[in-house]
Amino acid sequence: MIAPIVPTGTAGPVVHRPTDWTTMASRRHTRRRYAAERRFRLMGLAAVWLSVGFLAFLIGTMLWQGASGFVETRIALPIDVRVDVAPDRLTGRGADLALAGAGLEGEVDAAATAAYGPDGPDLLSDGAWLRVRDAVKHDPTLLQRHVVIAVPAAADIDVAEKGRGTSTAEAQVARLNAAGVVSRGLNLGFLTDADSTDSTRVGIWGAFKGSLLTLIVTLALAFPIGVFAALYLEEYAPRNRWTDLIEVSINNLAAVPSIIFGLLGLAVFLGTFHLPRSAPLVGGLTLALMTMPVIVIAGRNAIKAVPPSIRDAALAVGASPVQVVFHHVLPLALPGILTGTIIGMARALGETAPLLMIGMRAFIAAPPDRITDPATVLPVQIFLWSDEVNRGFVEKTSAAIIVLLVFLLAMNGLAIYLRNRFETRW
Amino acid sequence: MTGPTLIILVLGLALIGWLSARMRAVAFRRGSTRRFSSQPVHHGWFVALWTLAPPLLFLAIWSVTSPALVTDTVVAHPAAMQLPPPGFDRASILSEARSLAQGRSHGAFHPLAATLAPVYAAAQTRFDWIASGIALLLAFAGGAYTFTRVRPGFAARTQVERVVMLLLLGASLIAILTTMGIVASLLWEAARFFHTVPVWEFLFGTHWSPQVISATDPGASLGAVPLFWGTFFIGAVIAMIVAIPFGLMSAIYLTQYARAATRRWIKPTLEMLAGVPTVVYGYFAALTVAPAVRRLGVALGIADASSESALAAGLVMGIMIIPFVSSMADDSLSAVPSAMRDGSLAMGATSSETIRKVLVPAALPGVVGGVLLAISRAIGETMIVVMAASGVATLTANPFASTTTVTKQIVDLLTGEAEFDSPKTLAAFALGLTLFVITLLLNIVALTVVKRYREAYE
Repeated sequence: MIAPIVPTGTAGPVVHRPTDWTTMASRRHTRRRYAAERRFRLMGLAAVWLSVGFLAFLIGTMLWQGASGFVETRIALPIDVRVDVAPDRLTGRGADLALAGAGLEGEVDAAATAAYGPDGPDLLSDGAWLRVRDAVKHDPTLLQRHVVIAVPAAADIDVAEKGRGTSTAEAQVARLNAAGVVSRGLNLGFLTDADSTDSTRVGIWGAFKGSLLTLIVTLALAFPIGVFAALYLEEYAPRNRWTDLIEVSINNLAAVPSIIFGLLGLAVFLGTFHLPRSAPLVGGLTLALMTMPVIVIAGRNAIKAVPPSIRDAALAVGASPVQVVFHHVLPLALPGILTGTIIGMARALGETAPLLMIGMRAFIAAPPDRITDPATVLPVQIFLWSDEVNRGFVEKTSAAIIVLLVFLLAMNGLAIYLRNRFETRW
Repeated sequence: MTGPTLIILVLGLALIGWLSARMRAVAFRRGSTRRFSSQPVHHGWFVALWTLAPPLLFLAIWSVTSPALVTDTVVAHPAAMQLPPPGFDRASILSEARSLAQGRSHGAFHPLAATLAPVYAAAQTRFDWIASGIALLLAFAGGAYTFTRVRPGFAARTQVERVVMLLLLGASLIAILTTMGIVASLLWEAARFFHTVPVWEFLFGTHWSPQVISATDPGASLGAVPLFWGTFFIGAVIAMIVAIPFGLMSAIYLTQYARAATRRWIKPTLEMLAGVPTVVYGYFAALTVAPAVRRLGVALGIADASSESALAAGLVMGIMIIPFVSSMADDSLSAVPSAMRDGSLAMGATSSETIRKVLVPAALPGVVGGVLLAISRAIGETMIVVMAASGVATLTANPFASTTTVTKQIVDLLTGEAEFDSPKTLAAFALGLTLFVITLLLNIVALTVVKRYREAYE
């Protein structure tokens, strides 16, 4: 690449005179060069710190905006729960239905009107009566007493209480605060509920379950196929055109934009095989095709790292090629393969675009039970909430992002731990 | 018998076959002094495979053919005489009867479907029993036949290993199948699109507004040049203006100046930037960066500064790409022979002079290859532009104006309510094909450059 500069021609004898470094000009020159050196070094340091700063700013923004998503505003509601339900029906499975049928929701609205005036019911979340229902189920003696129950506030009150609301809502909050009925509590429903149209009732459990089912399908397909393909290519494949073709396709698949996999899923799984739209099965299949090349590449590197002496030793004592690989090479390469698999799964967990293509953007209010049920996944849920106009969804979106980032961090941490704990350097 | 029960039964038979064959092999090995080609476990697997494979193969074929058989039986039933002639009505009645019979729906629109549902259910049950019988018979026959072959001289290992090799080969062929699937589905749908819209109008047309597609001349509003420009502008210009200096300087600092301990901490931290899901970047771009960019634009006196500007999406995309450029640059800088660096330092050059005049020029092909890969990743990136860029296609070089990209349009086109065959949906596949071809070419060029460069120093 770089040709040495060979002196040519026949110049006269070169006179060597030592450079005088003490002149003013020389010193200035040296100073300038050192200053340039310091500047360059600082630029490098600045680039590193700014990049890390971007990450810190990104995560900081999400934490700052999302922390309040785990907190709910509650309003103390004085209520005489006078519903006509036999005490023996307050236990077991029929309790919810019995209380709902007895008009508990209307009772709660009436109590809100009595306590806070005609717009009282609007101050409370649509799910407020569910809180009263659960309290009654927990302690049936509430039915005989006058009690004060803290119930979740409506979305605009909640937002205003956290300091980002409209002026009308701010005024209402000021009024409520003056009465001393506002309190805050941990929003457990955010972790146990599914999607909803009311931002105070949304939860990520449904999306989390969808992600889990999707990833199970992905892992069940991508892991065995990826490992087998890696073993074949690294240990058995003859050097020929077919093997080259396989290698080229795997390397290219790893670089194909994820949205193209979504188009493939749409055309093949939905268009040709007529699998159900928006189901974890189809999402998992699509993501498996995407994750497989990652596992193959990581697996090949791990298999390559197993020294040939191991194979030679096993062959020498009479093991067949299949025994060599499955008894010796695979167990030694497994930590590396698992690390690559976890990283691939983490990427699949954060993937959104291909899942939008296969219809996973519907409003799903019930957590999926089977891999053929319509479902949504965490990143898609974040995308859907980010599109909501209602201000209450801003903090919920960031809170969901925090949950997603925690899972990704845990998975990557596990991968690093596995690598450090089990990887052998030969 | 339902599918899962049948599969569990077959698996149970295979387990019995595995155990009994292994026991038999253990028995004839005991006390014998001769050498065997196969371990008992190989005999076990040989029998188990022959118990599993035939019924599973049969069930796979059956699941494709049996719906037609069931429908034929239903149509032959006297109650089906009132069915309308073959066509849409007939198919919809039959499919309604099917979903009633399978318990997937609870009410029928057509009264005829309700009468046919029991017939359907009966036929389905009958065929299910036939299939279960055949499958179990196959499993039993396969297992029994192979069990008789478990003898001391039988080379079960070779047989089992042949199956294992086939399995491994099959797994690696999935990659080719996937590639072929991508190419075929994109080509097929795009070909249907180009049937109605001429290729040149799509590739060179400058007007893109898929909301209103004229029935007589669909090509007039489907010219993709504004999309190509937007994609190039956001992914290859703005994002790279951010990613190249930051990525390159980070790599230089980490490889040349930083202490090993610092490097050990900073490098994974930088790589976390690449691990953050793109939907998070998209949300960040839309919620935090875009309003800031708009305020900046207004402050600079640009009246039409958009809140869905190309700059916001491009900046965030650039941040996402930093670790990618950085690790590619890191690799190519480390690949430069240390003799070149030492030579330059020995001549009295400072570190920065060595880096700028020796290392970077020597590593340039690798860095360029890395940048090309980064561009290919940036133009295929979807969520950031879906959430932060605009849906309106404009041909502008103003970074504060709204611009759209190919990926954003694919998502927009496919998430409408349009049916599968409309020019709108097909246009998404044509865009997908273009994107696939461009990223493929970029990757090939980049990998060739990187490979050549590595060879030059090895």
